[in-house]
Amino acid sequence: MQAIDLSKIDKILAGHQAEPGSLIPILQEVQLEYGYLPEEAIDYIADGLKISASKIYGVLTFYAQFHTQPQGKNLLRVCCGTACHVQGGEQILDHIKANLQLNANETTEDGKFTLQEVACLGCCGLAPVLVLNDEVHAKLTNEKIEEIINNAR
Amino acid sequence: MPEPNILLKNIGTPNSDQLDVYVENGGYRALKRILAELMPEEVVELVKKSGLRGRGGAGFPTGMKWQFCASDVKTPKYIICNADEGEPGTFKDRVLIEEDPHAILEGMAIAGYAIGSDQGIIYIRREYIYGAGKLQEAIEQARKQGCVGKNIFGSNFSFDIKVFLGAGAYICGEETALLDSIEGKAGRSRIKPPFPVNEGLWHRPTSVNNVETLCNIPHIILHGDKWYKSFGTSESPGTKIFSVSGHVNKPGNYELPMGVALEELIYEHAGGIRNENRFKAVLPGGASSPCLTSKYLSVPLDFDGLAAVGSMLGSGAVIVMDHTTCMVGAGLSIARFFEHESCGRCTPCREGTYWIVRLLERIMVGESQSGEIDLIVNLGLNMRATCFCPLGLAAQGAVLSFIGNFRDEFEGHIKEKCCPLRAY
Repeated sequence: MQAIDLSKIDKILAGHQAEPGSLIPILQEVQLEYGYLPEEAIDYIADGLKISASKIYGVLTFYAQFHTQPQGKNLLRVCCGTACHVQGGEQILDHIKANLQLNANETTEDGKFTLQEVACLGCCGLAPVLVLNDEVHAKLTNEKIEEIINNAR
Repeated sequence: MPEPNILLKNIGTPNSDQLDVYVENGGYRALKRILAELMPEEVVELVKKSGLRGRGGAGFPTGMKWQFCASDVKTPKYIICNADEGEPGTFKDRVLIEEDPHAILEGMAIAGYAIGSDQGIIYIRREYIYGAGKLQEAIEQARKQGCVGKNIFGSNFSFDIKVFLGAGAYICGEETALLDSIEGKAGRSRIKPPFPVNEGLWHRPTSVNNVETLCNIPHIILHGDKWYKSFGTSESPGTKIFSVSGHVNKPGNYELPMGVALEELIYEHAGGIRNENRFKAVLPGGASSPCLTSKYLSVPLDFDGLAAVGSMLGSGAVIVMDHTTCMVGAGLSIARFFEHESCGRCTPCREGTYWIVRLLERIMVGESQSGEIDLIVNLGLNMRATCFCPLGLAAQGAVLSFIGNFRDEFEGHIKEKCCPLRAY
């Protein structure tokens, strides 16, 4: 694996120095920079904040949106909330899995798609929904899914 | 009944998220008025008299919360806007955040003045990143015009607001878990007492208020408590935004007086059941609430009306299910959600949510033996008695109510080794 440029983390840490409890914003910014939270980055943050790396892992593994593995170019988050479920969300999810030949929390071999099953996204009036890279796609059908995936590919 | 259109009055106006449009429609007048005319105690008193109860789900009187906070001598004090809207079925705060962000800021500033706080934090879930951007933009506009920040409208009162982006955890909608999350920890509920009003963020007095609650405040200031109490019921005054989803013709947010009948909401406002199907059940307060069947269609939707029939208003997420819905499948979906979101600290919740999913999966494919349905009920009742925080209590309510009302479907799955409704 390519070594990563840790100097970017210095800048992020410096931006939060005066704030107590800034671990979550720091992790968010580092993840934005690298696309995930590499092990070296976590060790580096631990040194910078003078806390143990295990403490950071305790926090980051608690939250659904931190990743310790690289993610695909397109992040497909499929809503598994109650309203989406009753509107056929499970069949939508199965269709996506079959189309991409992927299980939840996996990335396609070409690195183009990562699939996540997520809790309610708060757009239940538009169910069933998925979010592709922060963009909501509503009232999904099998045809719409194929279009969304083909456009992103 | 027509929709009163108070909280949603700015929604749909072009550029309603912009400061000038908000001001044109009467925005920031309430904040100006209190700074010129009212003492902080008078603001607290007015909100107390209005009878406003928290819209996040617990229904605690907002004025009382503020009074507890105001009377604590420790400083600094904090106003936290809970914008971690995560209850499955709820999408009311999203529309207020995206289209009326200044109403939230104004409500927070008034709250800050009332309790003696100069710092506000909006805790917003990461999924609402678009809304977080809108709030950030609104804060910057408001600072420039002196509506928040130092010496608001030339007064001695200063109050600044920042946005804190969550990282994906349903439990952080619970106020003490939310506080831990802002402090940089995993969000796990704290033991109460002490309550956040005395020992909140960084052990300082903190008022955590829901988005919709805060949006009520400017209206109460401008129109008074008598006007406010002319909407809703005596114990639950005001209007409520109901998020209606599921098998209705017109899903969406509907603002109606507290105490509106369930059937009026579903049939008159949300357009009735899709495809002229039959109504089967409704979760009136999101995935955390026990379901109601057709015999409760006339129940008034307010805190006490729903509690009286063994369910809850919660955040007002009304999920409607028609006769094609498999209750085992719906129950499993909800159980999986809570299994994933359990923080894992207390044993009854961590193990209870895990085993309810495993048992429901066996029922789903007909592998269960007799007695396993009762085992789920037993597990649920144990959780109800012993879980540490509200998540554990919420986690079993819907599933147990599905079993209670539709036990034949659960038995049918076991007997026929498949879904008796052929939904799967």
